[in-house]
Amino acid sequence: MTATVESEGDLLEEAARRADSRRGFLIALPSYVYLMIFFVVPFGIVFVYSFATRSSTGRTILEDFNLNSYSRLFDPVVARIATRSLTLAVVTTVLCLMMSYPFAYYIVSRGTSVRNALLILVMIPFWSNFLVRTYAWRVLLGSDGPISQISQALGGGEVRVLFTTTAVLIGLVYGYLPFMVLPLYASLERMDWQLVEGARDLYASGWTAFRRITLPLSMPGVVAGSILVFIPTLGAYVTPALLGGARTTLLGDYIVGQFLGARNWPYGSALSVGVMAVMLAAAVAYFRVGAKTA
Amino acid sequence: MSVSSAVRPRSPIERMLAANAWLVFAFLYLPILVLIGLSFNENKNVAIWTGFSTRWYGEMLHNDGVMRALRVTLIVAAISTVVSTIVGTMAALAMERFRFRGRGALDGLLYLPIIIPDVTMAVMLLLFFAQASQLLGRAQVFGIGTITLSHIAFNISFVAVVVRARLSLLDGSLEEAAADLYANRWQTFRRVTLPLIMPGVLGGALLALTLSLDDVVVTQFVSGPGSTTLPVYVFGLVKRGVSPLINAVSTVMLVASMVLVGVSLVFQRNNARTG
Amino acid sequence: MVRESWTRRIAALVTLCVLVAACGSADDAGGAEVTCEAGVTDGDTLNFYNWSEYIDPELITAFEEQTGVDVVESFYESNEAMLAQIQAGVTYDLIVPSDYMVGIMIQEGLLMPLQKNALPNLGNLDTEFQSPAYDPGGDHSVAYQWGTTGLGVNLSVVGDDFVPSWALVFDPTLTSGFAGGVSLLDDPRETMGAALKYLGYSLNDTDLGHLQEAATVIADAKEFITQFDSDQYDESLVTGEVAVAHGYSGNMIVAIGEADNPDDFAYVVPEEGGTLWVDNMAIPADSAAPCTAHAFIDFLLDAENGAALTNWNYYASPNKAAEEFIDPEILGDETIYPSPDLRSRLEIISDTGDYEINFEDYFAQAKS
Repeated sequence: MTATVESEGDLLEEAARRADSRRGFLIALPSYVYLMIFFVVPFGIVFVYSFATRSSTGRTILEDFNLNSYSRLFDPVVARIATRSLTLAVVTTVLCLMMSYPFAYYIVSRGTSVRNALLILVMIPFWSNFLVRTYAWRVLLGSDGPISQISQALGGGEVRVLFTTTAVLIGLVYGYLPFMVLPLYASLERMDWQLVEGARDLYASGWTAFRRITLPLSMPGVVAGSILVFIPTLGAYVTPALLGGARTTLLGDYIVGQFLGARNWPYGSALSVGVMAVMLAAAVAYFRVGAKTA
Repeated sequence: MSVSSAVRPRSPIERMLAANAWLVFAFLYLPILVLIGLSFNENKNVAIWTGFSTRWYGEMLHNDGVMRALRVTLIVAAISTVVSTIVGTMAALAMERFRFRGRGALDGLLYLPIIIPDVTMAVMLLLFFAQASQLLGRAQVFGIGTITLSHIAFNISFVAVVVRARLSLLDGSLEEAAADLYANRWQTFRRVTLPLIMPGVLGGALLALTLSLDDVVVTQFVSGPGSTTLPVYVFGLVKRGVSPLINAVSTVMLVASMVLVGVSLVFQRNNARTG
Repeated sequence: MVRESWTRRIAALVTLCVLVAACGSADDAGGAEVTCEAGVTDGDTLNFYNWSEYIDPELITAFEEQTGVDVVESFYESNEAMLAQIQAGVTYDLIVPSDYMVGIMIQEGLLMPLQKNALPNLGNLDTEFQSPAYDPGGDHSVAYQWGTTGLGVNLSVVGDDFVPSWALVFDPTLTSGFAGGVSLLDDPRETMGAALKYLGYSLNDTDLGHLQEAATVIADAKEFITQFDSDQYDESLVTGEVAVAHGYSGNMIVAIGEADNPDDFAYVVPEEGGTLWVDNMAIPADSAAPCTAHAFIDFLLDAENGAALTNWNYYASPNKAAEEFIDPEILGDETIYPSPDLRSRLEIISDTGDYEINFEDYFAQAKS
C-alpha cells in the first residue's frame, strides 16, 4: 500500500518535473533559436573559412582546404602579441575591480531612489560617442592639456601622459568601468545584509564581516564583472591606438589587419577561432574554480 | 530599504567610501566636461582651440548626414535594447530556475557573443547576410534591419549575464512561498520574481543600450546604403579631422538623456507618493 | 547516448555551414546591359559610397538640383571595408576606390565598364590619368583626386635647413633629437613602402629579403616613433605632440593652414621618392542606377566642378580643364602639385597578389 502511494507520488513528481522542464525549454527557446541563427551559423562560416585559401587578389577560395592558417598560430610573433594583450587585459581588469568595488558598495549603501540616480549617472557619460570621449582624453593627456599645464604652473616641466601605457590603461579602465560596476552593484544590492548585521552582533569587526560574508557573497558579481571587462579588453585596439599611439600590435589590431589590411580572411578566421577557443577554455576553467570555492 | 548595515553612517569608512565615490564620478565626468567644452570650439579641428563659438549647434541641424545617422542610431538602439532585454531575461530565467535538456548548451552559447572579438563577429555576420541575401534572391538586404539583428545578437548575452548574476542570489524561498500560497508559475513570476530581478533587468537594458549606441565595428560591416549610424559616421570622420560638430551632437544627446532621467525620477517619486 | 546525438548534431551543423558558405562563393557577374546617354538619369536615387568629408556638400546639392536625383551618401574609412561590403553584395551606385583597389576590383569583376559616350567631359582629364597602370584604357574608373604621401615637419624643432629625406623619421641619430618624436602612418603598404624607398628599393618590391630589411629599419627606429597613426597625424604635428609626421598631402596642408603659426610647419616629399596615390570614381557591376552614376561622374568632370572639389579638400585635381578655375595658390603650391622632377621619383602602390600578405606580416613583426 505504501509502495503504491509512493509510486503515485513519484509519478506526479515526474510529470511535474517534465512539465517544468518543458516550460524551461520554451522560455529558453527564443534566445536559443536566435543565437543559433545569428551566431552559430555565421561562426560556422568563419570556421569553414579558416581552412580555406587566399586567392592572389585576396578573395577566399573554398577549395584546397588546409591547416596552413592554423600552423601560423604557433609563430612567435603571435605569442608576443597575445602575451602583450593578455597582460594589458589582466591589469585593466584588476584596476577596474579595485575602483569599482568600493564605488558599487557605496551606491548600495544609499537610499533606493538615490541608488538608481547614481547608477544612471554612471551610465550617462557612455551615451556620448566613444570616439569623442577618447578624443577628450587625448586632449586631457596631451602635452598641451590641462594636466600638463597644471604641472607647468607648479614649476615642473611639460607632462605628456599621452602615448604611454598609462594613458592606454586610463582609457581602457574608463571605457569598461560600467561593465564592472553594474554586475557588482546587482550582486551587492541583493545580498542579505542581515547576515552582516548578525556577524557584527557577534562582535565581528567591520573588516572581518566584509571579508567573510560580503566578499564571498558578492563573488558572482565579481566574476561577471571581470569577464565583461577582461574579454573585450583582450580584443581592444581602438583605445590603445588612439591613446597609446599603436606602437605595439595588439591582438584585436592584428586580427583586423588580417581581414582588412592583408585581406587574408583564412588566417584572420583561424586567429579568431584560436582566440575564442582559448577564451572559452579559460572561462570554463574560471567557472570550475569559482564553483568549487563557492 | 536602505542598507544601513552595509556601512555605519558617519563612520570613517563611510567617509572614505564617499570620497572614493566622488573621485570616481570626477574621473567619469572629466572627459565629458572637456567634450562639452570643446563643442564650443570655433576651430574646425576640435583639438585646436581658437575661440568660443556656438555655431556648431546650429550647423548640426543642417547637416543631413549627421541627422540621418543620428536617426538610424536611435531607432536601432531602441529596438535592439527592447528585444534583447526581453529575450535575454528569458534566457537568464530559464538558466537559473529550470532544468531542461540543452541547458548546458545554452549556457555555453550565451557566453560566445561575449568572448568573440568584435571584428570576427562583424565579418561572420557580413558573410552570413551575404549568403542569406543570395539564398533568398533579394538584392538589398543590408540596412537598418541587419544592423538591428546584429546588435540583438550580442546584446542578448550581456543582458543574460547581468540578470543571471542577480538571479543567482535569490534563493527562491520567496518564490516557493508564493507557490505554497497557490500562485501558479506565471503569477509567481509577475508578482514575485520580476520585481525582485528588476534592478538586474534594468541594468542589463542599460548595458544593451550603451553597447548599441556606441557599436562601430560590427555596424560598419553590416550596414547598407543610407544606414550609416552615428558612431560609424564619426569613425569615418576621424580621417578628415573630427570637428566640434560631433561634440555638439554628443552634448545634446547627453543633456537629453539627463533630462529624460530627471523626468522619470520625478515621475517615480510622484507615483510613490500617490500610488 | 547523449554524446552520440551531440556528435550527430555537430556534424549536421558543420555540413550546413559548409553548404551555406559554398553556396554563395560562385560570384555571378552583375546586372543587365543598360545603355546610358549623356546627362540622362535612371531612377531618382544615387547611392554614393565615399570617404568621409571628401566632397563639398554644395556640389552634392548642386547635382541634386540639376538632376532632381536624391543622393544618399554612405561612408567608409578604408578601401578594404568598402570592398568587403561590395563583395557581400550590398548595392551602391558609385564608389571611390584608391588606385590599387581599382586593380583588384577589376580582376574580381566587381566594376561596370564605363560607357564613354555618356561621359562627354572625359576629355577634361589630364592625359596622364586617362589610362593608368591599374586600369589600362581607363575603362572602369575615372580619376577623382590625387596626392602624395610625405612628411609634415615642425621647423621650429627640426630647423629651417633640413634635408627632405625619410631619414627624418627612420634615422635614430636624427629623431632622438626631436622633441616629441615622430609619427608614421599605421598602414603597412605606406610605411613599409617608405622604408623601402629609404633603402633605395621600389615600394612595390617583391623580394622578401628587402622586406625584412625594411622591417628592421622600422624596428630600429621604433624608440623615437611616438605613434603609428593614419588619422590624427596632422593634428599631432600642429599641436606640437610630434616633430615630424608621415601623412597625406591634403590633410597636412589643410591642418598647417589652419594652425596658429603656419610658418612653423612645412610639408615635403622626401627626395628618395614616395607614394603617389590616386582616388577614382567607379561604378559597381550590380549598380541599380548606372546612368545616374555616369551623369554624376560627368558632372564632377566638368571643369568648374572639378575645381570646386580641389578648392574644398586641397588635393590635386586630375582635371586639366579645371586648372583655370582652381585657386592659383593651390596650383602653384609644390606640395600639392609636385614638380616633374619629383614626380618621376614617386610610385603608385599596386597590389602584389599572392605576395601582398607579406607587407602586413612584416609590419606586424616590426611593431611587435
